[in-house]
Amino acid sequence: MAQREELSKDKLMWMYETMVKIRLHENKAAELFAQGKIKGFVHLYVGEEAVATGVMAALKPGDVITGTHRSHGHYIAKGGDLKASFAELFGKRTGSNKGKGGSMHIADPGIGMLGANGMVGGGIPHAVGAALAFKLLGKDNVAVAFFGEGGSNQQNFHEAINLAAIWKLPVVFVCENNLYQISLHYSKQQLITSVAERGKAYGIPGVSVDGQDVLAVYEAAREAVERARRGEGPTLIEAKTYRFRGHFEGDPEVYRSKEEVEWWINNKDPIKLFEKYLLERNIATRDELDAVWKRVAKEIEDAVKFAEESPYPSPEELYEDVFAKPTNGVLVWRWD
Amino acid sequence: MASTREITFVQALNEALDYAMSVDKRVIIMGEDVGIYGGVFGVTMGLYDKYGPERVRDTPIAESGFIGAAVGAAMMGLKPVVELMFIDFLGVAFDQIYNQAAKLRYMTGGKVKVPMVLRTVCGAGIQAAAQHSQSLHALFIHVPGLKVVIPSTPYDAKGLLLTAILDEEDPVVFIEHKMLYGIRGPVPEEPYKIPFGVADVKREGKDVTVIATAWMVHRALEAADKLAGEGISVEVIDPRTLVPLDVDTILNSIKKTGRLVVVDEGYPRASFATDIAALAVSKAFEYLKAPVKLVTPPATPVPFSEVLEREWIPSTEKIMKAIRDVYYYKRP
Repeated sequence: MAQREELSKDKLMWMYETMVKIRLHENKAAELFAQGKIKGFVHLYVGEEAVATGVMAALKPGDVITGTHRSHGHYIAKGGDLKASFAELFGKRTGSNKGKGGSMHIADPGIGMLGANGMVGGGIPHAVGAALAFKLLGKDNVAVAFFGEGGSNQQNFHEAINLAAIWKLPVVFVCENNLYQISLHYSKQQLITSVAERGKAYGIPGVSVDGQDVLAVYEAAREAVERARRGEGPTLIEAKTYRFRGHFEGDPEVYRSKEEVEWWINNKDPIKLFEKYLLERNIATRDELDAVWKRVAKEIEDAVKFAEESPYPSPEELYEDVFAKPTNGVLVWRWD
Repeated sequence: MASTREITFVQALNEALDYAMSVDKRVIIMGEDVGIYGGVFGVTMGLYDKYGPERVRDTPIAESGFIGAAVGAAMMGLKPVVELMFIDFLGVAFDQIYNQAAKLRYMTGGKVKVPMVLRTVCGAGIQAAAQHSQSLHALFIHVPGLKVVIPSTPYDAKGLLLTAILDEEDPVVFIEHKMLYGIRGPVPEEPYKIPFGVADVKREGKDVTVIATAWMVHRALEAADKLAGEGISVEVIDPRTLVPLDVDTILNSIKKTGRLVVVDEGYPRASFATDIAALAVSKAFEYLKAPVKLVTPPATPVPFSEVLEREWIPSTEKIMKAIRDVYYYKRP
């Protein structure tokens, strides 16, 4: 695994635990979806844990991110609360979005997670705007936009990246290239072999990293974040990754073979790879790692229990949060 | 007296922007040609020199990108005023307005605020043809989460724009009709704010209520003047903000006159005009002495040729005919 900077054991263990948290959160979400307890669309992040974790390890408090419709991992790595997450997936009032967002819109501006987004590429310009606000308000914070390789064909990607480049804004664009835009293989989405090449078109650095290697992702993100904080402008990072599960829960996955999925699970599981690294270097013992799984499993269990026991919103809450404050005239139309 | 001074609609808007930028450092302007050039209609003239390129930002022609950036900037504490050069360009950026700006507050359970103003230009009348002449405000009215403002006088323009920028914590779509830019009217030099959701009775009358927007307010007033000579007393109401809507003023007028004409430059179907007609029949049915009349353009794109464009835009004569129709209506 890539490592150029000596990282403290605390930091390495934070990365490990964060990846385990995402993995167990997602496995539990899959289980609850299969049981019919979670409804709607659920897009899981299993297999991509190293990307969110590596990037977030390079950020500091006050930095912000925007997500995709596959953002549970981004939310958790940014410090999201597991209870609020499950409660949101259940549509409960105690959810991160008071039950109004659900899986595709999970957000918590308090921790700098400005929002997952149901529109492919929709959140990319928001990160650029957040970075503009940092610049004009004199803060040395950075904004990160996550999106998929499918999103990199979107107008929002091209327009936002160009704006950030000409204005030299502190943004890091992180493309999670998991090879499939729902069912369409990467090779059929664009002719270039790496999304990172697109940086050239906008006059900014484009870096491609192994998205299954949390330290490689961290290293790339750290450089990009430092460059952004120095006022030198944005970087495009492409993390080559793979989703172990379907596009969404219930996806029949007719577009890829079982063998392909198994190869990735057996050879490129980001948690197993990192485990090997930690054990081989005697950074952690097997017992320490097992303890992490046990502790997180308990946290997940508690979070689900909290979510199940939480109340649903009252019907009146339907009318709240449309506008910031009451005003003269009629805002929400009622025909009665 | 300063308050009797007459300036143009463009100057009124410019004064509002200037004042808002001077009192709140978080206010920034973004858009195509808003900087050195001062905006294609001159609304941002002089602001670049006064506030500099950091706060008056010329953008590439990339509406989705810079409107989306305004959304992000608003979430993080700025108050962006973004110019969409023509409302017709909405299509290339609509996602950022109706799926993002409008919904982020709701989707996050109220944790996010998007206090931005999208200024844009509507209206036919200068032979700009089908892609630079539309009045698409109904599309914004349709989407919950957006406030929609469409002033008709320089006085209203300044007061409403100051409210939009300085007081509102929600995304506001501020629509300026291009035929109004040159009109003059009394505007106080000092700053003042006009609250949203308060209609203005532009002319009082007792026989027929006319609800009109933007340029059509002036045509409705002209029609009312002419009909006064025929003994018909017309009340002209300009709602000024379409969301929120001053339902009370509109309904009270209908209850008083018993007759309603709606004049609007939006396309006829699923429009602001049909919205007000539905309001009247669902909430004031028993007061109506005649069917509601709508005066709108036909359901065709805006044509180029002067002759055709003149036919397309609701004329004072068509408004007068509609008013006479409801005034002389006899139940069969």
